Amino acid sequence: MIEVKNIRKSFGDKIVINNVSATMKAGQCNLIIGSSGSGKTVLMKCMVGLFEPDSGEILYNGHSFTEMGVEERTEVRKEIGMLFQGSALFDSQTVEQNVMFPLDMFTKWTQQKKQERVNEVLARVNITDANKKYPAELSGGMKKRVALARAIVLNPKYLFCDEPNSGLDPQTSLVIDKLIQEITKEYNITTVVNTHDMNSVMEIGNYILYMYQGNKEWEGSNKEIIFSKNERLNQFIFASEFLQDAKEMRMLEETGRIPHHRNIGDTPQS
Amino acid sequence: MTIFTDIGQYLLMIKGMFSKPENGKMYWKEFIHQCSEIGIGSLGIVAIISVFIGAVSTIQTAYQLVSPLIPPSTIAQIVRDTVILEFAPTLVCIVLAGVAGSRIASELGNMRVSEQIDALEIMGINTKAYLIMPKIIGSLLMIPLLVVISMALGIWGGRLAGTAAKILSASEYDKGLLEAFRPYNVIFALIKSYFFAFIISSIAAFYGYYVKGGALEIGRASTKAVVVSCILILFADYVLSALLL
Repeated sequence: MIEVKNIRKSFGDKIVINNVSATMKAGQCNLIIGSSGSGKTVLMKCMVGLFEPDSGEILYNGHSFTEMGVEERTEVRKEIGMLFQGSALFDSQTVEQNVMFPLDMFTKWTQQKKQERVNEVLARVNITDANKKYPAELSGGMKKRVALARAIVLNPKYLFCDEPNSGLDPQTSLVIDKLIQEITKEYNITTVVNTHDMNSVMEIGNYILYMYQGNKEWEGSNKEIIFSKNERLNQFIFASEFLQDAKEMRMLEETGRIPHHRNIGDTPQS
Repeated sequence: MTIFTDIGQYLLMIKGMFSKPENGKMYWKEFIHQCSEIGIGSLGIVAIISVFIGAVSTIQTAYQLVSPLIPPSTIAQIVRDTVILEFAPTLVCIVLAGVAGSRIASELGNMRVSEQIDALEIMGINTKAYLIMPKIIGSLLMIPLLVVISMALGIWGGRLAGTAAKILSASEYDKGLLEAFRPYNVIFALIKSYFFAFIISSIAAFYGYYVKGGALEIGRASTKAVVVSCILILFADYVLSALLL
């Protein structure tokens, strides 16, 4: 479990995160959503220690990460896997070397054992015949899957995914979402995902934290989000007519009524 | 103010490199890789420059020494001392600032921009120690070696040009090389090359490691690293010459 307590972060005079608190539970996909510039990436970077918050606390299983020294942090970080927006694969290394890198650095396993583990996690993310390829030879979706394999190769307790679907087509996005969800449950990981992809929100959002201009605006689950009366959240989620229709369909399915002036049963008059 | 911030950040970067390696074997592998990149990767250009520097020095020295009272072997003496004292350490290091320095800056800059450095940090790796330290130590080992090779090739280039242009015979050149030779000059050149190696690698690493932005900034950081390194090399050259000669 990860607890975020009253985190505040500013760059110069600009306050990017303002007193945000949240609890990310184990075995669940915890989503941070919000429009561009809402502070979700900064919040995630504060959580993993890439940025130091001005005030507040981050607790990993009750231990304050913000107050830890370098060595203690290193130990916690060994339990963290992170999938970056741009995948962050090492250009000069093959797929296999990329995934093996954390094993080379932090284990004293034999080469054969490391190879078996690499093959196992690559198979888990459905990559079977690309071991010797370089990142430049892979598609966007494959890069994300290799990065996910690298993130989970050391069996982390915490998985952070920064915009896992950015730059991917809807079908590949679904594959990545499903993988993240399955891996979270399989390994009982505390997963934190930064996204503004509404498909992800509805598919995997066990817990959702909505950020607006650095503040926590709303929190709840994907079951609750469609019934939310928060105007800013509704504007963010149902920005398009298509999504508005989808929301109404979903409400109709779940409640049998549509609290809206339109009747989606109406056919357009030509 | 920016210059003081930069100096502070540079010193913190150097301080941050000193920590216990997470895995000695991986650090050793990275060190060997850097030695190969910096040493073997720059050998070709260093060899070409050195031979031509020696050759041009011989021809130009002969052109200026027109008095029949000066023996031709003096040309070899002048070429030897110029190559050892100045051309091999300083000129080669300025070229290396362009070759190895820009490579270090752009490699680290690319890693920063594409979040590869962040990925290493998240894994619990001290990126300053893992990425910068091997580059600096690799440079401190390989650049003085390249300077020694440059000295030898420069002097040989001078001999080649001198005999080809019939300025002096090979035996006269060899005789001149042995006259009034001061081994301290070689030590002085090596001291300079150690200083220059540190400047080239640490300045390039600094500009690459702290790059912000995108591809354009990587190019700018790389250029800035080369320019600052060249200025610092020339400044250090003056200070060391004033102090040690």
